Amino acid sequence: MSGDPLVIAGRELSSRLILGSGGFANHELLRDACAAAQVQLCTVALRRIDAGGESGPGRSILHVLQEAGVEVLPNTAGCFTARDAVRTAQLAREAFATDWIKLEVIGDDRTLLPDAVELMAAAEQLVADGFQVLPYTTDDPTAARRLEDLGCVAVMPLGSPIGSGMGICNPYNISLIVEHASVPVVLDAGIGTASDAALAMELGCDAVLCASAISRAHDPAAMAAAIRAGVDGGRLARCAGRIPRRLYAEASTPMAGLPSL
Amino acid sequence: MRVVVNGEDRRLRAGATVADVVRSLDLAPDARGVAVALDGEVVVRGAWSSTVLSEGARVEVLGAIGGGR
Repeated sequence: MSGDPLVIAGRELSSRLILGSGGFANHELLRDACAAAQVQLCTVALRRIDAGGESGPGRSILHVLQEAGVEVLPNTAGCFTARDAVRTAQLAREAFATDWIKLEVIGDDRTLLPDAVELMAAAEQLVADGFQVLPYTTDDPTAARRLEDLGCVAVMPLGSPIGSGMGICNPYNISLIVEHASVPVVLDAGIGTASDAALAMELGCDAVLCASAISRAHDPAAMAAAIRAGVDGGRLARCAGRIPRRLYAEASTPMAGLPSL
Repeated sequence: MRVVVNGEDRRLRAGATVADVVRSLDLAPDARGVAVALDGEVVVRGAWSSTVLSEGARVEVLGAIGGGR
C-alpha cells in the first residue's frame, strides 16, 4: 500500500510487513518469500563463520537479500544477558554498517520469552551507545512504556511465544500498548497465519514481523503473499474505523414505512 | 602461538593479526557482513590488520545467518 509508509526513527519504510529470515530451508525459498511478502526489511542473526557453512564465503544470506532489494535488520537472537546482547549489537553494527538493532534478550530456551530486566538494561546501554533500538518485549503495556521512555525507537510486543503460531493471545494488552505508545508498535512473534497478521493491524499495530509462519509453511511464498494481504487488509480496516461490538442486533433497514400486511 | 578461533584451537605464527585469521577463513578483508571480537571486545574493520594476537587470544569471527522468529 503505497502512500501509507511506516516511519521508524525518521526512516520511511514502504512495507508494514517485516520478514524474519529464520527457518527457511534454503536461500531460494527466502528469496521467493521476500518477493511475495513485499518486504523492505529482513532480520538476520550473527553466528560463528564456519568456512563450509551457511555464513561462509559465497553463500551469505546477505547476497540473497541484496538481490531481492531487501535491507538488513540485525538481531541479537540467542542472547540471554544484557552484556551478550550489547556486544552482539556492537558486532552487528560493525558487520552490517547499520545502527539499527532488533534487541532480543531471552529468559529461557523453552519459552524464549523476553527477560524484562536484562532487556531494559541492554536497551539503556544501546541507546546511550547511539543505537536505534527495536526491542522484542512481552505484551506488558508497562514494559513497553518503559522501553519507550528509555529511548527505543519502536516497541515489538509478542503476540505469543516465538514460533508457536498461537497468534495474539492477549489482544487487550496489545490494544493498551498501541493506545499509549508514541513510537511505532510492531507485533513480533506468534503469528501463525494471515488472520493473525490482520488482527494485529486491526488492533492498531503499525507493522508485523513474521518468519516461522512463512518459512515453515508448506508453501512459504504462498503464505508470504497471504500474510502480506492480511497486513494490508488489517491496516485498511484499522484506518477505516470498525463498528463497535454490540450485544444485540442493530437493524440497518429502517422500521419506518414498514407496510401493514 | 596458540589461539582459539571460533572455539577451536589453532596454531598461528607469532605476530599474526586479526586480518590473518579472517583470511584463513577464506574471507576477503573487505567482506561485508563479517565482524570480529577479540577476547570479547569488538575489533573494528579498520583495525584488523594492525591488531596483533597474543598467546591464548580468543577470536570470534562472525557472519550473517538466517535468524529471527
